[in-house]
Amino acid sequence: MITLMLTDPFMQRALLAALLVGVTAPVVGTYLVQRKLSLLGDGIGHVALTGVALGWLVGVGAGLTPNDALAVPGAVVAAVVGSVLIEVVRRRGRTSGDLALAIMFYGGIAGGVLLIGIAGGSAGNLMQYLFGSISTVSDADLWLTVVLSAVVLTVGVGLRHALFSVSHDEEFAVASGLPVWALNVVVAVVSALTVTVAMRVVGLLLVSALMIVPVAVAQQVTHAFGRTMLTASVVGVVVCVSGLTITYWHNVSPGATIVVLAIAVYAVVSLVAPLLTRGRPAGDPHPDLPDDVDLPAAATERAAAAAKECR
Amino acid sequence: MRMSTDHPAVTVVEARALHFRAGASHILRGVDLTVRRGEVVALLGANGSGKSTLVKSLVGINAPTQGEARLLGAPVGSGVDWSRVGYVPQRSGAGGGIPSTAQEVVASGLLHGRRLRLPRGWRERVAAALDQVGLGDRGGDPVHLLSGGQQQRILIARALVREPDLLILDEPVAGVDVASQEAFAATMRRLVDDGLTVLVVLHELGELEPLVTRAVVLGHGKVVHDGAPPRPREDHDRAGHRHQHPHADDNTLGEQARALDLEVRP
Ligand SMILES: Nc1ncnc2c1ncn2[C@@H]1O[C@H](COP(=O)(O)OP(=O)(O)OP(=O)(O)O)[C@@H](O)[C@H]1O
Ligand SMILES: [Mg+2]
Repeated sequence: MITLMLTDPFMQRALLAALLVGVTAPVVGTYLVQRKLSLLGDGIGHVALTGVALGWLVGVGAGLTPNDALAVPGAVVAAVVGSVLIEVVRRRGRTSGDLALAIMFYGGIAGGVLLIGIAGGSAGNLMQYLFGSISTVSDADLWLTVVLSAVVLTVGVGLRHALFSVSHDEEFAVASGLPVWALNVVVAVVSALTVTVAMRVVGLLLVSALMIVPVAVAQQVTHAFGRTMLTASVVGVVVCVSGLTITYWHNVSPGATIVVLAIAVYAVVSLVAPLLTRGRPAGDPHPDLPDDVDLPAAATERAAAAAKECR
Repeated sequence: MRMSTDHPAVTVVEARALHFRAGASHILRGVDLTVRRGEVVALLGANGSGKSTLVKSLVGINAPTQGEARLLGAPVGSGVDWSRVGYVPQRSGAGGGIPSTAQEVVASGLLHGRRLRLPRGWRERVAAALDQVGLGDRGGDPVHLLSGGQQQRILIARALVREPDLLILDEPVAGVDVASQEAFAATMRRLVDDGLTVLVVLHELGELEPLVTRAVVLGHGKVVHDGAPPRPREDHDRAGHRHQHPHADDNTLGEQARALDLEVRP
């Protein structure tokens, strides 16, 4: 049965795309959560919709077949422009990131629906981008996915220490002479690329879930940045590949299945994790340091007794 | 670069007629400050007098609206050799949405300028820096679960890990217990003997008192005193004795004493 699935060329392409998205989305999601910009992926997703429609419009104008040949490149361009714009707004600090995101959400959807209408399509044409259409992944799509994922992973993993520094304490990064603005733009661009990569697999509306939910799972089990990123990627791959496998046998939406699966993992882990960490305490949490004040003898004795209790 | 600073009178930190405005408020109003190689300069002043704003202008976080700041002979910016500068911010409200370990935070101190990847042997250097602040066994602990004073010591380790020639510290020992302050002062003494230059914002000279070679007092965004550090209190009964005694033979110190008074009165 498994071999049947693995020899199906559609499924091969879909599985490879799911695998790549499963690894990359959580890597980028880790930086977004770190910067408290969990919803940025959603904002970019909405703007990418305008890009899809714009690509469609240009494709129709140029008489290309199929009409949507430029939809994905359009999404890439719009997502990159949108995310860099958000970074500019954040830097200026006039509008809060929150408000800028809200405006992006509405503008992206409205622009997409408006443009697709002008291009002679209907909002229905946008559905495959909103909810994903992994079963229609073509060779060209797959190549684009491979290339973009490679870029995202090289940057996201290769520059992780610098990106961590900037996301963790931006002022300190500035005071270290790091190219903070460039690194922030890198995060923005990489997020945009990830959104467009994941668009085919889970759809623009659910992209952000794939970036954020695996990170939420990882946070339950680890308290280190590096390990959060690694764990989140493993979770991402597992839910993407298993979700897709389910949809090979049952006729359900792959994007939705993957996201529901991720949330189920989150629920189970948050129930189980406290039981795992409840083991014995790790030793005396109070360091053995001299007190700041001179204590009377009785108090010193009590302190020594208290230290013994903790051991 | 390094050669030139071996000359004793080389200027390491320089601010010339520095102004900083935030919106309508004029926070720094023409500050001149010079720190030469090997000096340990204490920057004093009441709450809100502009100490942190000045320090942030010196390290490039605040862009001065007027005037110039130079570090190690270069205008603050990409021309500065950041590998030689360490900075400890006043309390870090920083820390993102994901917990990170002490080791990860201290390691970020090894990145500077164009160095975007950790150097070889970074683990050993991070461990050594954590040892210096007495937290050698806490490298794997998430920073947000450490106590306030321990978190402050992590920030010190993050600045020390780079092995800088110039340290700019903004209240590095606020909330740190006396034993750790002593340890910090001992580390500073050793580094200063090796040629470290320090600009440190303080409210009390405390354990660093013997090291401080000069004090600069800010008041209302201006330098109101630049010279001998205030003498230690004669009397350690803090509740009854809040006054910093002015140095007898320096009449600008009267002003300084007033500036320091502001910080203890609510
Ligand atoms: N970005 C800003 N916008 C508006 N006001 C600011 C800004 N930064 C600083 N201030 C104001 O400037 C004054 C000086 O602040 P600063 O942090 O430099 O004081 P400080 O001397 O470090 O005080 P403390 O001893 O409490 O640390 C304060 O009144 C503060 O409210
Ligand atoms: Mg301050």
